[in-house]
Amino acid sequence: MGKIVAVTGNEAVAEALRQINPDVCAAYPITPQTDMMQRFSSFVSDGKVDTELILVESEHSAMSACIGASAGGGRVATATSGPGLALMWEMLYVASGMRLPIVMPVVNRSLSAPLNIHGDHSDAMGARDSGWIQLWSENAQEAYDNTIQAFRIGEHMEIRLPVMVCLDGFIISHSIERMEYLDDNVVKAFVGEYKSLNPLLDIENPKSYGPLILPDLYMEYKRAQHEVMTKVKDVVLNVADDFEKLSKRKYGLFETYRLDDADIAIVILNSAAGTAKDVIDQFRAKGIKAGLLKPRLFRPFPYEEVADAIKNVKALCVMDRADSFGAYGPLFIELCGVALHLQERPLMINKIYGLGGRDFMPEHAELVLNELVEISKTGKVKTFKEYIGVRE
Amino acid sequence: MKKISKRPESLKPVPFRFCAGCGHGLLHKFIAEIIDELGIREKTIGFAPVGCAVFAYDYFNFDVIESAHGRPPAVATAIKRLLPDRLVFTYQGDGDLAAIGTAEIIHAAARGENFSVIFVNNATYGMTGGQMAPTTLLGQKTTTTTKGRDKRMTGYPIKISEMLATLEGPSFICRTSLDSPKNVINTKKAIKKAFQYQLDKKGFSLVEVLSPCPTDWWMSPQEALPWMKKNMIPAFPLGVIKDKWEVGNGK
Repeated sequence: MGKIVAVTGNEAVAEALRQINPDVCAAYPITPQTDMMQRFSSFVSDGKVDTELILVESEHSAMSACIGASAGGGRVATATSGPGLALMWEMLYVASGMRLPIVMPVVNRSLSAPLNIHGDHSDAMGARDSGWIQLWSENAQEAYDNTIQAFRIGEHMEIRLPVMVCLDGFIISHSIERMEYLDDNVVKAFVGEYKSLNPLLDIENPKSYGPLILPDLYMEYKRAQHEVMTKVKDVVLNVADDFEKLSKRKYGLFETYRLDDADIAIVILNSAAGTAKDVIDQFRAKGIKAGLLKPRLFRPFPYEEVADAIKNVKALCVMDRADSFGAYGPLFIELCGVALHLQERPLMINKIYGLGGRDFMPEHAELVLNELVEISKTGKVKTFKEYIGVRE
Repeated sequence: MKKISKRPESLKPVPFRFCAGCGHGLLHKFIAEIIDELGIREKTIGFAPVGCAVFAYDYFNFDVIESAHGRPPAVATAIKRLLPDRLVFTYQGDGDLAAIGTAEIIHAAARGENFSVIFVNNATYGMTGGQMAPTTLLGQKTTTTTKGRDKRMTGYPIKISEMLATLEGPSFICRTSLDSPKNVINTKKAIKKAFQYQLDKKGFSLVEVLSPCPTDWWMSPQEALPWMKKNMIPAFPLGVIKDKWEVGNGK
């Protein structure tokens, strides 16, 4: 079953898109995503997919084309990074407001200025309120698996929402890893035939998408988006169960690592979680009960479930690869929301790391874990928010 | 011995990091020489584009600003209006100017804004690795048109200069090429004229420069120049396309 390969994150996600064979893809190059859709365009040229590929003139047009294709009743995908996602902003809200299940890998990249092309979560964090489901991926395998599951989640008849699949720019998109591909027929059977819901040009049932809705009804539409988001967690878990049956790989709302009996823990997204896990093993070897929680589903955010997972932790560091200048980091703010669901909350600190592709090294995780040991002993937090790995 | 040539003051003493046979180095040198010749180095503001020439600020010895991809004409409009005595020029590739920033260039030209545009057309997206650009020739192979650009799938190349010349706003629009010594000299002359028009407050000027990209054309630099002559120049004819102020040329 399946095939073991050595590929980059971009290559893995492009392969997932080939296996899924969407009806329409729109593409505009942007580093570090470029090579993903470029690979996909080779599949189109070589007749390996039936996809209508539209080479548009900007991301603004890419998402607009996806909206048109999805409203027209097609299975649709595109991909982007950093400023490309920023240029899509207006349309992100249109896609979710129209309840169009577009799937979009986001190869996370920093935002200008200064201009920088490297891995950073500022792009997707900025889009967190756009009404898209967000799945985050530690490595190429997770990016591939999340892409396949994203179609099932977004296209679920009770959901019908667009989905972003986030993976770290360069660190994952351009690094070669060992991973496993599923067979084409397995992926095709898993995602199934696309079923459209209320497509345009259904002559018997004419419709309008995105009409002008003034204060009399706008809020009801937004409330409906909130309501549908509350159903996403169950669908994500059900899809993950089905996926596990064919892949033997288990997914949840988040991943925990040596967290059950942990006194101290790190909460961290994507590729840096791998580095942190190694350091946690070293601390465990020294007899220190350290653990980790890596969110997978960031929108909607599973507050109660995360609360349950960290309820016995004494000191917690939430690490953000993005900043909300003048506030705590975006992931930390979510964990503050989690704390609302706990009778006794852990002592919490926030570290900003890895902006613009700055390496996250094992010694950074060590620094954080040592500080957590100190906090759990003394019960005192010196600084709530701090940059690490930064030149002073 | 008499010194007959030196590095322009407007160019920093650092080596270019462009690919072999790329046109950007030559163009950077011309721009620097012209600014020296016009004696306006300390009054010049240039634009670093998103694209292969993104490092313009590493080479030019005058102030440079980076804007979001495609937006230099909007930013340049504001800078020039605020500081009308400065020489303001944008330096944009076909991705920046002819794709993502099409709206900005059209409206700046339509308003007849008094700044200059160096539009580098190499018929491909160079920096991202050779994808189809709006200026890619029919039949040209790129990484996103691997069997050659097919008009049924991706339409036709955009002739930006001819398109902008239909507007009342622009003063001077010209297309040149870096394929031969004669055309290289004409390119420098055209850019100097564009800058002079701006200094004379004559309005919007744009020089489209056909420029080789051997790397993304999958050719040697030697092969790239004849390829340009044979394929690019027929598709993008050279010469002055619009000149409001030249006697016998309209208005």
